[in-house]
Amino acid sequence: MRLPAFVPIDLPPQAAIVITFDNVSKTYAGAGARAALTGVSLSVAPGEVFGVIGASGAGKSTLIRLINGLEKPSGGQVLVDGDDVAALGVEGLRSLRRRVGMIFQHFNLLSSKTVAGNVAFPLKLAGRPDAEVRARTTELLARVGLSDFASKYPAQLSGGQKQRVGIARALATGPKVLLCDEATSALDPETTEQILDLVSTLNRELGLTIVLITHEMDVVRRVCDRVAVLEAGAVVESGPVEDVFLHPASPTARRFVMEADGVPADGALVGGRVVRLTFRGEATYKPILGLVARETGVDYSILGGRIHRLRETPYGQLTLSLTGGDVEAAIARFKADGVRVDLVTETGR
Amino acid sequence: MSSFMENIDWSEIGQATLDTLSMLGGSMVLTVVLGLPLGVILFLTGPGQMLRNRAANGVLSLVINVLRSVPFVILLIVMIPLTVALVGTSLGVAGAIPPLVVGAAPFFARLVETALREVDKGVIEASFAMGAKRRQVVLGALLPEAMPGLIAAATVTAIALVSYTAMAGVVGAGGLGDLAIRFGYQRFQTDVMVVTVVLLLVLVQALQMVGDAVVRRVSHR
Repeated sequence: MRLPAFVPIDLPPQAAIVITFDNVSKTYAGAGARAALTGVSLSVAPGEVFGVIGASGAGKSTLIRLINGLEKPSGGQVLVDGDDVAALGVEGLRSLRRRVGMIFQHFNLLSSKTVAGNVAFPLKLAGRPDAEVRARTTELLARVGLSDFASKYPAQLSGGQKQRVGIARALATGPKVLLCDEATSALDPETTEQILDLVSTLNRELGLTIVLITHEMDVVRRVCDRVAVLEAGAVVESGPVEDVFLHPASPTARRFVMEADGVPADGALVGGRVVRLTFRGEATYKPILGLVARETGVDYSILGGRIHRLRETPYGQLTLSLTGGDVEAAIARFKADGVRVDLVTETGR
Repeated sequence: MSSFMENIDWSEIGQATLDTLSMLGGSMVLTVVLGLPLGVILFLTGPGQMLRNRAANGVLSLVINVLRSVPFVILLIVMIPLTVALVGTSLGVAGAIPPLVVGAAPFFARLVETALREVDKGVIEASFAMGAKRRQVVLGALLPEAMPGLIAAATVTAIALVSYTAMAGVVGAGGLGDLAIRFGYQRFQTDVMVVTVVLLLVLVQALQMVGDAVVRRVSHR
């Protein structure tokens, strides 16, 4: 039975779409074959940063490899920049791959080539003239801040520098789309931040469309416009990052957000009613907690939370356990002040 | 000890050394020319590789195993008609090269396959993702990435060929091994035996040192 096609309710504002997955499934041949992806539909607009988050084995790697034809779908259709990826011949696929750059978790640089040699490689594959290759390589290395490293070998670089080389190499053929395959998962937090900043900058300055897969909600929060949550090969939730991050609807998304917040997934360990308050914009900085506690007589203990920025919007999220006093009134009072209240658990009263 | 070295005819030793070196040089070049593509095909047709083909891989692998399991002394004799057909004689340096190549090329092909397996699959995938054709992946990424392993494989093969050339002496190939057998062994001229073995040792040692130096030079890992 063909599943009804998923209709994205959060259609990007632009009419043009650069990547479309229409009811895509993928099953690997072999004994005990399990579907890696089932009925995945999504679309990515030009110039947006689209995140796919999922645990390992959820099908993220397969999904991203369908975009540049490293994998072929078993069912459904993947359209990229106007091409049906599965229908492309050898030359069509090569042309597509020059328009879609890719970076990898383990960088996948050629150890036998210098930094400049790695960046020049895709241009040489495309048969560009030497003078152009040299000029472009110099320009790209400057762009990623590695001009002084041109004649070094990858083994002499740090992880962050290697990923910069990977990015320069992926940009060599002037792609419209950049695929990031767990690009920061092998990096320390500080380096991760630098690489994500670079990715954001490229997105803004070059209008590059970016698809990134990750298992870290923090990565999604920092750079993505929209996100799809993948669980066991299916998209269980998708939408603008603000919505998914602040008000996750699916258990999987909730778990990722909780992890990112450092809140124990099982709030029921403490007594009272566990609620998650979400403040956005101005409300983030109001002294609302004490006010409500005094007015309604409830006691609160803070289980976890954060004050942060989602891209440009300040937001705060607190997970509280409310006890005593008039809990209902307290919740109503929070809501009246423009704070979103989500019930996490009600046990232990 | 005054009689030690009395049997040594240095011009004969010199000629034998030259013969050994030409057998080694000639057979090594042909071994690489034949064995490298064989090893590459063996790797590429293997399970999960870009030209995976169980039948082709199975046949090639079997042929290589058959050739590798024939003792080299037997191969020398069995090959005589073919050698005569190929180079017109089964004697001397020219007559030794065909059996040496047939003995060493399958061995080298296996070592090439192993060296290629060591290449990071991610690099191959990345090359395809950059729009490389298969040929470009093999020549531009796979072989350069495997270069240290390939040089090491060539070194091991060259050293194996040194001992093969000594055995080829049995069927009239000439060279240092021939001297060792005819004079050192059959006529009990220990001094000849010692000199030839020392020269072979120097040759092996030199090959290993050069091989290691080249590996260090091409390795950037």
